[in-house]
Amino acid sequence: MSAPLAEATTVEGAGEVMAPKLFVSVSPHFKSTVTVSEIMWTVVACLLPPLILSVFIFGFQTLIIALVSVLSCVGTEYLSNRALKRPTDTIKDGSAVITGLLLAYVIPPGVPYWLPILGGVVAIFITKALMGGIGFNVFNPALIGRAFLVATYPVAMTSAWLLPIRDASVFKYMGAGVDAVSTATPLYVLKHYGIAAVIERFGALSVIYKDFFVGWRPGCIGETSAFLLVLGGVFLIYKRYITWHIPVSVIVSVAFFTWVFGGERFFAGNPLLAVLSGGVILGAFFMATDYVTCPIQKSGQLVFGVGIGALTVLIRLKGGYPEGVCYAILLMNAVTPAIDGWFRPKRFAPQSEEGAKK
Amino acid sequence: MSAETLATFPMGGIHPREGKELTEKLAVEVMPAPSEVRLFLKQHVGAPCQALVKKKAKVTEGELVASVERGLRADLHASVTGTVKGVQNALHPMVGNASALVISADPDTQPRSYSPVDWTQFSKEELLARIKAAGVVGMGGAGFPAWAKLTIRPGVKLDTLILNGAECEPCLTSDHRLMVEHAKEVVEGAKIILKILGIRYCAIGIENNKPDAIETLNKVISEDGSKNSYNIVVKPLKVQYPQGSADQLMQAVTGRARPAGVRSSAIGIIVQNVYTTKAIYDAVALGKPLYERIVTISGRGIKRPANLMVRVGTSVGDIVDYLGGTTPDLAKVVMGGPMMGFAVSTLDIPVSKTTSGVLFLTREEIDTQSHDPCIRCGFCVSVCPMGLEPNNVSIYVEAGRGADTEQFGVDDCFLCGSCAYVCPAKRPLVQFMSIAKQNIREAKKS
Repeated sequence: MSAPLAEATTVEGAGEVMAPKLFVSVSPHFKSTVTVSEIMWTVVACLLPPLILSVFIFGFQTLIIALVSVLSCVGTEYLSNRALKRPTDTIKDGSAVITGLLLAYVIPPGVPYWLPILGGVVAIFITKALMGGIGFNVFNPALIGRAFLVATYPVAMTSAWLLPIRDASVFKYMGAGVDAVSTATPLYVLKHYGIAAVIERFGALSVIYKDFFVGWRPGCIGETSAFLLVLGGVFLIYKRYITWHIPVSVIVSVAFFTWVFGGERFFAGNPLLAVLSGGVILGAFFMATDYVTCPIQKSGQLVFGVGIGALTVLIRLKGGYPEGVCYAILLMNAVTPAIDGWFRPKRFAPQSEEGAKK
Repeated sequence: MSAETLATFPMGGIHPREGKELTEKLAVEVMPAPSEVRLFLKQHVGAPCQALVKKKAKVTEGELVASVERGLRADLHASVTGTVKGVQNALHPMVGNASALVISADPDTQPRSYSPVDWTQFSKEELLARIKAAGVVGMGGAGFPAWAKLTIRPGVKLDTLILNGAECEPCLTSDHRLMVEHAKEVVEGAKIILKILGIRYCAIGIENNKPDAIETLNKVISEDGSKNSYNIVVKPLKVQYPQGSADQLMQAVTGRARPAGVRSSAIGIIVQNVYTTKAIYDAVALGKPLYERIVTISGRGIKRPANLMVRVGTSVGDIVDYLGGTTPDLAKVVMGGPMMGFAVSTLDIPVSKTTSGVLFLTREEIDTQSHDPCIRCGFCVSVCPMGLEPNNVSIYVEAGRGADTEQFGVDDCFLCGSCAYVCPAKRPLVQFMSIAKQNIREAKKS
């Protein structure tokens, strides 16, 4: 990118001592030390605990899937930038690593190892590089990658679920045929057989809440541990890299709309189960908050979050899929430019008639 | 007073590293007159002065040496006793090259001394005339002639004078030391301005990181005998950049927001920098023109940081020599503060009436990264004290559409640099804003 700084050249006069070479640039001369890569690598760090836990829940192959996914994304970033004649050092900023991790996190743990390669290429090359690179993509790359895989490999993407391992044998599913071990996600059971079947299969509600909170449930690789995801998300809020507006509005609206519409009658749905199942927590803290694809104003972010919550519940209850977070976020990504147009910052005192309170 | 209850402006703002610890406790030190001074003929807003003295003419310290007959102006006075060398070009931190009157100083002349007179004898008109004759300009950086600012058009109703002692720029301590060491003159200056404006109320806004200045001023005010005629108060403010910007300061102190496009007097307020106020006292009570000022010399790139009383026109190089030189890792020299000051490429630059500091920054203290595309994090929008969208302006400018950015309120931008400070992609947003302003001006002309 263009360098804002030029090293001023000082001419050495005859017999004079050479003056020091000085940098000149436009103000400000102090800048905060926070950089894009620092933010991105912090997000990567916040995403790692759920991955580590997933090894103990679903087995060692989750790590392989994540690694393949990250390598695919970073490799695609490098090759796309070379092909498009852009700087290739963007692979160091960490953003492609985040996309790779998030893509793996929304893939079932029993898929073939080559599957994320395809997803990574679509996520980075089509969704990001062709749009103009970092900062210019309209949609969340990882979620487009997932949507592509759901459309092209629907069987693997909707049935390669695994039962959590209870005996710490992390190599249990390595090389095992998926058919032999596959199970159903809580949302699938809930959608097709009702809450009674969920309790029958996963235990009493109190057990479900505890297991789901920690992460011991069937689901995508990185979405199951509400606890670790919230921990990472709260750290990002503490660092002021994100604010509470999107995560809270997504989670509260999923809970609210499920409570109102998700039961056998109005106001009889189970909001806690809805929030702890599927990808709500992962989506709320790590996907909907993607800077590039979410609105900038806090008020706009609340609308964006409620939109995601409402669409998620609508797809879950009425749609063909048991889970709707992915499509809800993608749909709201499409609305983001409009939301940014509707919600503009409050100006200091623009008009000459107003403002003077006296 | 606890931090929660301190007054501040309502939106945006940042908390940069303060960097004042290097000089805030250092008493002002008088630098002896240099061997030569170069006085820019335009150190103020308005028409440039013309030299009134010929080459080889003898001038004495404080003597009127340049002026202009009409319009907005500020007279110029010799800052040393010596011989005029003529008008030459000198490097200027903001405009590149500018005409300056060069005077070589006679060695061994004693600084001129002044003794105060009772200013209360003067009428409003006499007060204004004395300020005008002393060439006083806004010393916070704007350089607006003080006499013009205090000449209020008939029909304008004022109720508040605000003295700007915020000094929100990191590293600068010249106003701070002035308030500690010249609190009496600042309060007297405030009374002079109040008399000119015909109002009673004056609030001195000071960021809370200068407790000694707040305490000293409070003491002077409480011991002042004219409490019945004037109501002068000190308002401690939250430490938050840009607290010292006029709009932000007025809102913090009075709660009133100045609408874009009108003068502060439209909402009943006049803002003066504390240093300008002291210069007004000097002009009125001592009859002393403005030809020397305190300049904060700071940063890790100078051997000995100081608050120096220097003659206007002294070269930065002479200051460096006086303070023992620069350190080997010096990387950048800034005239003014680190947020809004101007980087210069050489030390061969004279200080002017509006130079509040010269900073010598090392490689570690400055940012030399190249910039990346906007990732839409929105940090710049959340810190903008004017509620603007620097992110969008920068993208429009990069796309060659700077003229279409008026919708984002580019006109309101006063280049405080908060946006560029927080930008994680290190985008030079102040530069983009300036380009947008220029594009809009050009589009309107054609």
